[in-house]
Amino acid sequence: MTFESNEILMALIGGLVIGLSVTVMLLFKGRVTGISGITYNFMTFSAGDWSWRGIFLLGLVVGGILLRIFLPESLENTLNYPLSRTALAGFLVGFGTLLGNGCTSGHGVCGISRFSLRSLTATVTFMAVGILIVYLVGGV
Amino acid sequence: MKLLISFLVGLTFAIGLGVSGMTQPQKVIGFLDLFGHWNPALVFVMVGAIGFHAIFFPMITKRKSPILTDQFHLPTSKDLDLRLIVGASLFGAGWGLGGFCPGPGIVSLASGSSSSLTFVVSMLFGMVVFHFVKPFINKVLP
Repeated sequence: MTFESNEILMALIGGLVIGLSVTVMLLFKGRVTGISGITYNFMTFSAGDWSWRGIFLLGLVVGGILLRIFLPESLENTLNYPLSRTALAGFLVGFGTLLGNGCTSGHGVCGISRFSLRSLTATVTFMAVGILIVYLVGGV
Repeated sequence: MKLLISFLVGLTFAIGLGVSGMTQPQKVIGFLDLFGHWNPALVFVMVGAIGFHAIFFPMITKRKSPILTDQFHLPTSKDLDLRLIVGASLFGAGWGLGGFCPGPGIVSLASGSSSSLTFVVSMLFGMVVFHFVKPFINKVLP
C-alpha cells in the first residue's frame, strides 16, 4: 500500500463537500446529481428543462478554474497515457454510463446513499471491472 | 434562483472532486490497482460523500416537496438487468483505462490539458453513438 496520511484527510474532506453538494441538489431541486445523465440530457435537449443542466455543467468547469488557481496540483495528471488510450477510455465511459444509467456520482454516491440495490450492483460491477482492467494493463 | 442553485451545486461538486483527489487520474488508477501498488485514499471520498448524503437523504425525502420544485424526481427502476451489468462493465473498463470518470473529466477541462480534452470529447462521442444505437439496444437488451 502507498499513501500519505494527508491524502486520506483530503479525500475525506472532499468527499464530505461532494456529499454536501448532492444534498443541496436534492433539497432544492429534488434530483439526483448524476453527471453522465445531466450531460446526456443537456446534449440531446431531450428532457425539456435543459438550462439548469447547462448551468450545472458550467459550474463544474468554473469550479475547475478555481481549482486551477488555488489548488493547481489537484488537476495534475502524471500518467502520460497515449491519447489513443484516453480516447478509447472516454468512449467506453460515455457509452457505458448511458447503457448502465449512471456513473460514480449517480450510482456510486447518490444511489448507494439511498440504499438502492441497483446502484450498489452497478458500483460493485464498475469497480470490479476497473480493478480487473488495471490488473491486466498495468497500474501507475 | 433555480439556476443559481444549479451553478453553486456544480461549483461545489467540482471543488469537492478536486480536494478529494478524484481529478488526478494517477490516484484513481492507484485506487483500482488493488493487486499492485494499491492506494486506498479514495475509499474515503466514498465514505465522506455517502456518509453525509445517507444521513440527510431520509430527512429531505420526508418533506412533501423540494424547496424550489413541486416534486422529487428520483430513479424508480429496481431492475438488476443485463443493461445495468454490461453498461457498468463498459464504464468500469473505461475508468480503469483512463483514470477519469465523467465528473472529474469535465472539471479537468480547466487544466487545458490535451488528455482531459481528449477524454471529454471521446466521452461525448460515446454518448452520441449510444443515442443513435439506442433503438437497436432496446431490441437486443430490453
